[in-house]
This record gives sequence, C-alpha cells and structure tokens, in this order.
Amino acid sequence: MAFLEIIGLSKAFKDHKVIDNASIAIDKGEFLVVFGPSGCGKTVFLRLIAGMMPPDSGDVAIDGQSMADINPEDRDIGMAFQNYALYPHMTAFNNIASPLRSRHVAETQVVERVNETARMLRIDHVLGHLPKELSQGQKQRTALARSLVGRPSVVLLDDPLRNVDAKIRYEMRFELPRVLRRYESTVIYVTQDYKEAMALGDRVAVLVDGGFRQAAPPRQIYDSPNSTRIARLFGDPPINLLPVRPTPGHAGIEMNVAGGTVPLPADRANLAGRECTFGIRGENIGVSLEPNGGIPMTLDAITPVNNRLVMLLGGNDGAELFASCPQGGPLDHLRGRHNAWVTLDLTHAHFFDSGNGARI
Amino acid sequence: MTVKFALRAVALTVVGLFFLFPLFWVVLMSFMSNADILRNPPSPFFSPTLHNYIALVSGELHTNVGTQTVNYMLNLFNSTVLSAFSVILSLILGVPAAYAFARYKFRLGEDMAFTLLSFRFAPPLLVLLPLLMIFQSIGLYDTYFGLVWVYQLITLPLVLWIVRGYFEDVSEDIELAYRLDGHSWLSTFFHISIPLAKPGIAAAALLSFIFAWNNFIFALILGSSGVQPVTVGAFAFVTASAIEYGQVAAALVFSIMPTLVLATFTQRYLVEGLSLGAIKG
Repeated sequence: MAFLEIIGLSKAFKDHKVIDNASIAIDKGEFLVVFGPSGCGKTVFLRLIAGMMPPDSGDVAIDGQSMADINPEDRDIGMAFQNYALYPHMTAFNNIASPLRSRHVAETQVVERVNETARMLRIDHVLGHLPKELSQGQKQRTALARSLVGRPSVVLLDDPLRNVDAKIRYEMRFELPRVLRRYESTVIYVTQDYKEAMALGDRVAVLVDGGFRQAAPPRQIYDSPNSTRIARLFGDPPINLLPVRPTPGHAGIEMNVAGGTVPLPADRANLAGRECTFGIRGENIGVSLEPNGGIPMTLDAITPVNNRLVMLLGGNDGAELFASCPQGGPLDHLRGRHNAWVTLDLTHAHFFDSGNGARI
Repeated sequence: MTVKFALRAVALTVVGLFFLFPLFWVVLMSFMSNADILRNPPSPFFSPTLHNYIALVSGELHTNVGTQTVNYMLNLFNSTVLSAFSVILSLILGVPAAYAFARYKFRLGEDMAFTLLSFRFAPPLLVLLPLLMIFQSIGLYDTYFGLVWVYQLITLPLVLWIVRGYFEDVSEDIELAYRLDGHSWLSTFFHISIPLAKPGIAAAALLSFIFAWNNFIFALILGSSGVQPVTVGAFAFVTASAIEYGQVAAALVFSIMPTLVLATFTQRYLVEGLSLGAIKG
C-alpha cells in the first residue's frame, strides 16, 4: 500500500472549487513533484495535507492512518513555505531547532542536529542571525533545514525556489535531491516551472482545474502528454498545436499542415476523416534554407533561448510554427526574413481529440 | 537648501510653541502664588514659590479663610491603581479576544466586535445613572473593583481593536509553520502570535492607560474621595472662597507626569518595534 494517500480530496472557496476530487498515492521515499499553472490550487493542496484547513470532502492518509482528526502538529509533516515563514523574532538556529524543541529533544542533541543540518545546507555560519539579516538564499535554506531537521515522515515543499535568484535555483536543483535522499523522506514538491518539475521529480503529477490529470515520470509526460492542456504546459518553445483533418491520399493517409501536405505513419490510419489537433514540438521540426522537399514556409524570426535557437515560421495558409535546433549550426547568425523548407518528424507527432483535447 | 531648512525650522518652532504654550503656562502657574496668577496684565516675571507643591504633598491647603486638608497624594495613588489594573484586565480579556476576532470567522463575530467598539461612542452620561443605582445596590459603589470594571468600557474596545489589527498582520503561514513543527496552538499563540503583535499590544496598553488616566466622569459619580483619581481630585481646589489656580496647576503637572514618562519610554519602544518590521519574515 502507498505510504501517503490522497483520496478524493475536495476544497471550495465560496463557489470556486479549488481542489476537486483529487486523488493520488505516493510511495515511501518517493519524490513527487506537483506541477501546475499558477492558481491551479497547488498551495491549497499542500495546506490540506498539512491540516491547515479541513477538506470539504475526501481524506489524507499517512501510513494507512486517516488524518481527518489529526491536528497539524501531530501529523509528522515538515513543510517549507514559498515565503519561507521564518519566525522573525528568532535566530536562524532557533528557527531550525523549533521542531526538535517541540519534541523535547535534549539540548545537546538539538545543537548537534541543527548544526549537522545547517552544515549540509551550508548555512552553519549564519545560525546566529535573525531572518531579516539573512539573504534570500539563506532564508530559503533555513526554511528547508527547519522542515527536514526533525526527520518528518512527509516533507512538503511549496515552490521553495520561487523567490530565489537564478543562480541559487540552479544550485539547489542539484543539491535538493542529494539532501532529501539523505533524509529518506517522502517528498511532495510543488512548482510551476516545468523544467524544475522535470529535473527534480521521480514522478510528476500535473494538477489542472483542481484534479490530477496525469502522473508519470517526467520524460513520459513530456513524450506523451495526456491532453492538449498538459502538452502546452511542458516545453519551451511551447508545443505547436494545429487543427488537422487527415484524409486518404495517393500514399496512404495525408494531412494538410501549414499549406503543405504530409503523409501520416501507417499506424495512424485510424485518424482518417477525423477532426483532430496535431501537436509537434519545436525540436522535431527540421528547417532548411535550401529546397529539400519539405513544406515551403517563411522564416520570420530567430532568437537564441537556453543554448538553442528558436525560430518562428509562417505558412502560406497563415499558420505559425515554432521550431528549435541546437546552436552552432548555419542558422546562428541569420537575421531577417528567409524562405525555408520545413520537415516534420512524425514519429514524435501527437494527436488529440479536437473536442475534449484528449490524447488519441 | 539652507533657506528651505531655515523655513522648516521656523515653521516647526511656531507649531511647537503653539502646542506647548499651554503646557508651559501651566508649569509656570504652578510656581506662582494666586496673586501673581490673577495679576492683570499677566506677566512672566514673578517670584517663584514652591508652596503649591508643598500644599499638595503635605495635604494641607492654606487659604485666606483657614486650613483645609486635601488628599491629593491618595488621588495620585488611586489613579495609578485604577489605570494599571484596568489596562491589565483589558489585556487579559482583550488580547485573546482580539486574536479570535482576527483569526476565526464565527457566527455574530463581527457584530460582537462592533458592539464592543460602540461602547466608545455611547455618551457615558447615558449609562451613568443606571450604573450608579446598580453599583449602590450590589455594593460596587466606591470600590476599586467597581471602577476598574466600568473603566473596561474605555480600555477594552481600544485594546481589542488595535491588537486585532496587529494579529491580522501576523502571517498565518508563520503560525502554521510553528504548529507543523509540533507545537500546540496554545504554544503557538504565546510563542509566535503574541511576540509578533507586541508593538501593537504595547501601543494599545499605552493608549488605554492614558484614556483611563484621563477619565473624569465615571470616577466622579461612581466613587467617593477614597477611590477617586487625580482628575476628580483637582476639583478639591475649587474651594468655597476661591479657585486655587496655583494648586490646580501643580496638581496638573503632577498628574501628567506619569503618562508623560510612560509615553516617552513606550514611544521609543514603539517606533523601534515598528521600524524593525517585526511582522515581516
């Protein structure tokens, strides 16, 4: 049985259902990333687990025990808040020591364990400082240390890297998994950055409209998203989604994309005659400045993003496509508009129902 | 730049003089004999005398018709007792109530909070006569306890509403974080909520102390000389033969001293507490 179970959890504020019948099971020691667009209810979800507010319906069970009547202080949960929620009138040391003090751990033990945790997170030199004297990164590490020091069975991390600068965020992406592994905690990590989700999670659960729409290892979500909604959330540049209606042609099933006709793989024959949404990621689109039999389009703009070149392509029918390729090719210093010929790698094509957006 | 600076200095001085002049004049009067005070036109040049203060401290008031005893030192003591206990009682009752109003939504919560506030706008005279009758029949007339109780009308709403605002500013996340650390909500209240609202509690305590200290009408009606505070005590200097302006002035100086000292010290603490941004993480 799963260690942490969320069973049909719902919570509404006024008439707005923030969490709507959400269920998920998490194994002991698992690192689950809950990913969703801002305002999708991620924070409320964590608060329901922590017991800060009662759910309207549903239950949270830890190790088989229902949490319905258990106060937050008795749930054995550690939590790091997005805004850190450090105690402003206590030093970093006393902030971190708080979970140990509540358990009446002997003072020598407290000193030892706080120092150990602080050393691991490299804040041992600022333990005597008040929160207002700490940098953003130090505050974030202090909050993290406080959530871990008591070795709680469940650790909730509410977008802890949201408010730190890019350098610390980068460092922490390496450091967090290492630290968390040492504490063998079951972790729920909430973020709205898909790269963070993909980098950190054993499994990513996508929270949309108050419910989990897909929960799978990061690569699987990226490679086969359940719906157009989820497909759009992962990827930079965003996935290209175009309405198509495959029809039988000379060479099997064909579809019209951006003014050109492309043949579909044989296993997609079932799509013939069906209105659907065709999705393809930028990296699966090849762009050539010489005629190569691809779809003729215009290359309207080109810009470097994260060591890749992102290109905006326009089709004769007004369609727009984002393509991307690694830097270091012939396109690196290209400026202005050019004619281009585009090939689509349809082994990585996605098809979704044009009505409900579900994957076909 | 310097012109602007000079202008500002002049303006501040004018405003300062305007507000401090009455105080200055009262202090001056407290060192004058009645003859000097009543001289026309008034003059700041006179031979200073301490006899107003001596009369207050010794409790003997010499007038041209004879010697009268006054008990001003007892009034001073009464004021201290009444104000201090009123504030303490208001803090004990008001701080937890303020927390409840700030944190929890419950039935009739806003109505209760508003009713408590409305005590501040009700004219005291409206309730005084019925109160006097009730107090006399249940034996609370002319007791410290009775007055401290009535003073809650003044101090409790102040404490409640000021402290409530500060509690609302304390981040709920910080309280939740402390509970998740394994502390009970009572412990969270004492170790997180109260320390973080301390500047507000201090401000409320100071203000309600001053309001209690300055109250006149409740003590005038609901107590006799045994429990009456300085505000009522100063009345004794309006004698059958004359109004002893000098002694009234000296009594005033005495009576503003404690609040002045308290305000000076607490204000420093207040400003410090606020500028430290105690609420911000």
